[in-house]
Amino acid sequence: MAADSTLLLSLVEEFVSGLQDSKAKDAAKVKDGQFTVLQLVEALLSLTSSQAPTRARGVQLLSEVLKECYGELTEREEVLIAFYENRLKDHYVITPPVLQGLRALTRCTTLPPGSAVSMLRSLFQDVHSLMLAERACVYSMLINLMETREAELKGLGADFVFGFVQSMDGERDPRNLLLAFQIAKNIIHRGYDLKFTEELFEVTSCYFPIDFTPPPNDPHGITKEELIQELRGVLTGTPKFAEFLLPLIIEKLDSDVPSAKLDSLQTLYEHKDLAEFLEGLWASLRREVFQTSSENVESAGLAALTALTSCLSRSVLSSDSEDSLSSFLDLILKDCKHHLCEPDLKLVWPSAKLLQATCCASNRASHIVTAAVMPSLIDQYNSRTQQCSQRRTLLEVVQQFIQSVKSSQSSDSESVLSAFREALCSIMFSALSESDSSLQITATSALTSLAQLTLLLDSDIELAIDHLTRLLLIEEDGRVAAVVECAGALAELHPAAFIAKLIPRLKMRQRCLSALAAVSKQSSVVQDSTPVLLEVLSSAHKSVSFSVDEVVLACHSLQRIAEQVEDEEETGRCFHDVIIPRLLSLALQAALQGPLVEEAVLSAMVPVISTSCSRLQPRMAAQTASRAVSLFLDGDVSFLPDNSFPSHIQLLKQGDSWSQSQMVCLLMGCVCSLPRSQVEVPQIDQLLSALEEMSCTCSHQLSYTSAAKCFAGLVNKRPPDSLDSLIQRTMKRVCSELDSTSSSVRIQAFTLMIWVAKALLLRYHPLFKTLTDKLFSLLDDTDLGLMAADSFSLLMSDFTDVLNRSCHADVRIMYRQRFFSENSAKLVQGFNAATQKKSNYLKALSNIVNKLPKQVQVTELPALLSLLLEALTCPDQGVQLSTLSCLEPVLINPPPALIQQLEALVNRLLALLCSPAMLQNVRIVSLRCIHALSSFPVLPFRARVLRALAKPLDDKKRLVRSEAVQARGEFLLGSPGGR
Amino acid sequence: MSGGARLENANPVIFQRSGERLLTASEEDEDVHDPIDDREIFDLIRSINDPEHPLSLEELNVVEQIRVKVDDAGNTVGVEFTPTIPHCSMATLIGLSIKVKLLRSLPDRFKIDVHITPGTHASEEAVNKQLADKERVAAALENSSLLEVVNQCLSTRTI
Repeated sequence: MAADSTLLLSLVEEFVSGLQDSKAKDAAKVKDGQFTVLQLVEALLSLTSSQAPTRARGVQLLSEVLKECYGELTEREEVLIAFYENRLKDHYVITPPVLQGLRALTRCTTLPPGSAVSMLRSLFQDVHSLMLAERACVYSMLINLMETREAELKGLGADFVFGFVQSMDGERDPRNLLLAFQIAKNIIHRGYDLKFTEELFEVTSCYFPIDFTPPPNDPHGITKEELIQELRGVLTGTPKFAEFLLPLIIEKLDSDVPSAKLDSLQTLYEHKDLAEFLEGLWASLRREVFQTSSENVESAGLAALTALTSCLSRSVLSSDSEDSLSSFLDLILKDCKHHLCEPDLKLVWPSAKLLQATCCASNRASHIVTAAVMPSLIDQYNSRTQQCSQRRTLLEVVQQFIQSVKSSQSSDSESVLSAFREALCSIMFSALSESDSSLQITATSALTSLAQLTLLLDSDIELAIDHLTRLLLIEEDGRVAAVVECAGALAELHPAAFIAKLIPRLKMRQRCLSALAAVSKQSSVVQDSTPVLLEVLSSAHKSVSFSVDEVVLACHSLQRIAEQVEDEEETGRCFHDVIIPRLLSLALQAALQGPLVEEAVLSAMVPVISTSCSRLQPRMAAQTASRAVSLFLDGDVSFLPDNSFPSHIQLLKQGDSWSQSQMVCLLMGCVCSLPRSQVEVPQIDQLLSALEEMSCTCSHQLSYTSAAKCFAGLVNKRPPDSLDSLIQRTMKRVCSELDSTSSSVRIQAFTLMIWVAKALLLRYHPLFKTLTDKLFSLLDDTDLGLMAADSFSLLMSDFTDVLNRSCHADVRIMYRQRFFSENSAKLVQGFNAATQKKSNYLKALSNIVNKLPKQVQVTELPALLSLLLEALTCPDQGVQLSTLSCLEPVLINPPPALIQQLEALVNRLLALLCSPAMLQNVRIVSLRCIHALSSFPVLPFRARVLRALAKPLDDKKRLVRSEAVQARGEFLLGSPGGR
Repeated sequence: MSGGARLENANPVIFQRSGERLLTASEEDEDVHDPIDDREIFDLIRSINDPEHPLSLEELNVVEQIRVKVDDAGNTVGVEFTPTIPHCSMATLIGLSIKVKLLRSLPDRFKIDVHITPGTHASEEAVNKQLADKERVAAALENSSLLEVVNQCLSTRTI
């Protein structure tokens, strides 16, 4: 033995001091049992050397030996462990061999209990910055210990995870990262204490998304994919990460790096991973919808549920995993379905909304959900015959299910609901035959959705038409709109059935006229429905007693048809060939002898003609224009049907017969809405001078106004070259009439001027300025001043019959703002200079300001504030009303200038609302202004306002009272101690 | 009024809100005098917030239009309200809120009577007596913390 120990001693000496490594031989001997570890330690005198490198060498020898023979260690391990733990505190050069030794020891299966804990404690305590290889050593120690000493490590509690997090922090080497991710995964999957969830997430998620390109000839062969897989395993390993992971993923999804997006999406959508969050996600979504506090949150929750479901529906199934979509839907159905069947239907709406949100997501989801839900809904509807309100609720739920199925369905696939078609149809039809109108309304909209899903058979459609016709013919206003709408939607899908069944049965009743208009969306239907409407008109013309309302309604229906038709060419031909000539002919007959001369009838015909003309093909439009012009200029009646007219009519030159001259408004409908620059109006110069003559001489108001409008409509579209001389000529005539105060046609001249001004304003024509100058000068006029002030509103408004964009007029954007900015200063100036007619300026100003868009008002008003306050005292109630309605939006966010004038404002408002002579609307708007003031520092006025508000509380008009209640309530809430 | 951590009636049955009153032609006519009717009074009180739930009294069916009686010519208004449960400790506060709302919103010619629907509350008489006592109502409104709670019930809900 002595020889052995000497031999060992020399071997050790040789290793520690010499450079040649004979350790292999040495170790082999320990392994063979020639020496024991104890003997080796005894021989290692160098372990106590004062030289750190020597000590390191000694420790290295021991560690290497242990690495070879950890399996045979049988005794005294705790001594070794204590020794190594102690060495950790030694000089840093010794640390690497110490760690190797410890790693070898961790592989040893016979370590005494508690050793792992103490080892880790000292490791985490004493070791801080390590080299690459040592870090790897630490990681593999941890992995070894996790394999063998799991219980002990768990005993360390959160310290273990924290220690790991610290030692992993800042790791950059891919090899080490693989090990570290492995440990993190173990921590997550094996139930370690996750108190430091967020830290663990931080320290791992900072590598997400992995950006690593292996160097060429990398000996370790680590790939990016390996790292991605390992990291994904960590991040998606536990639901506890969800709260951190989802925001991170969303953030990365928003990034611009495509690979980051892809990685995020794969991380999120790897359905196995997502599946683990589903329960948690569902629980929170359900909570948001069931106990919703605001509609925004609810709708966002529903949208998230839809997104989640559709993402699950898209995920690709692998053969070994379960179908996460169906398990998710099972979860939802389990929680929601029973609410749909409970007798009191308390939570039926939120449950239905949740289920419908999933239905919208995908075809598959809607299959699963409707298959589970529909039968029970249908059953319940049929069984609850006594409770009408519950049936209505159920029907509404069914309707929304159909709606949501509709939104998820792809066009070609067979419908999800086809299995329920029969049951659903029978429900709808039974609901339609109930007496309760809300049931009927819901049923009509459900029926519409079903039809749009192309679920209905021809026999169903026929039945539906029967029901709809019956409902249309019963007097009840509330549901007519819904029924008409449903009929319109169905007719679009099934025109033939409607031509055959509905149109013949709708008799000449008012509601039927609007129904006719609603169903006429395609030319085939139009061809059959318009004759019915025309028949209404001509029969009204022939009878002595007729209802103006009905005629007007028929015209409105025609106009609606003209607006909504889809195939413009076919329907355009119908209008061009039949309807316009027929209308002109009817009007002419009426003008010559019949009863249809009322202004309301003519005014209703104009939009029919102008709408249809504006949508005609250029060729037909040109023909219509030339026919109309030759009718009005030359009395050519050849194209009119029922032609029994005298041949010498001169519609534009009738000096005294207003019934014929007023037909000029129909001319306006024909020639003023033609497509600009595509259609040339024939004989334009003669036409313009005839119109000018008529508008300046005729004494019948509708006639001269329509002539002026027609003139203006044509002027607006004239090419610029011929325009200047025309305007100058007209202005000369107009001004000469206006300047002679004795002229009998001043009003006519003024009307022409203002309409021409409007036409020029719209197209930014430079000559507009001359016209405004004239207009401003007229504000001081004794007779025309008020009219001039009113005409500012005409300049700023849009008209439906002429000079608008749908008539193809030349309308520049923001012409109102332009007019305001060019002329407001002039108005203020004029107001200050005026002596008698100040109110005209105020009225003109309020007319302009009132028509400006709100945003512009709010920015422009401070400058005009004193003038507007002045306007509140103006006796004209129209001025007061428009001024108040300008002030109201400004008061919500008042400019500082207003605060200074608060006292004046409050005084004027209180004066307005206390006087019973005021119009109801003036009182209402001034109460609203007072209401808006309640958010101001109004303490000085509070008592006065409250006292003044007591009076409108007893106003004779209910609407005024309700505004007063709101305003007064707001002021009282602001009382001391309140709020 | 603290209510405690637990709600007395944690899961009340919710009723549908009635829509806005439809505008009639006579209301727009300047010359017609619109009398104050039951619906108008009901519209004043139906949107009062419940002290406990984020719901209105109408949604909890505490107030109903059929339990509102108004006599415009005789200058009287009577409102019955129904607490959701017979032991509701909020009954007085609800009654006070209704009363205050009507006092603030009606012309002072009206005599306002607010009381519990007979047979729906354990201490019906005591509450009715409190609500009918002008001086107690006035005194309650002098109490600033109570006034604050009442104002909360009366403020328009903002979601």
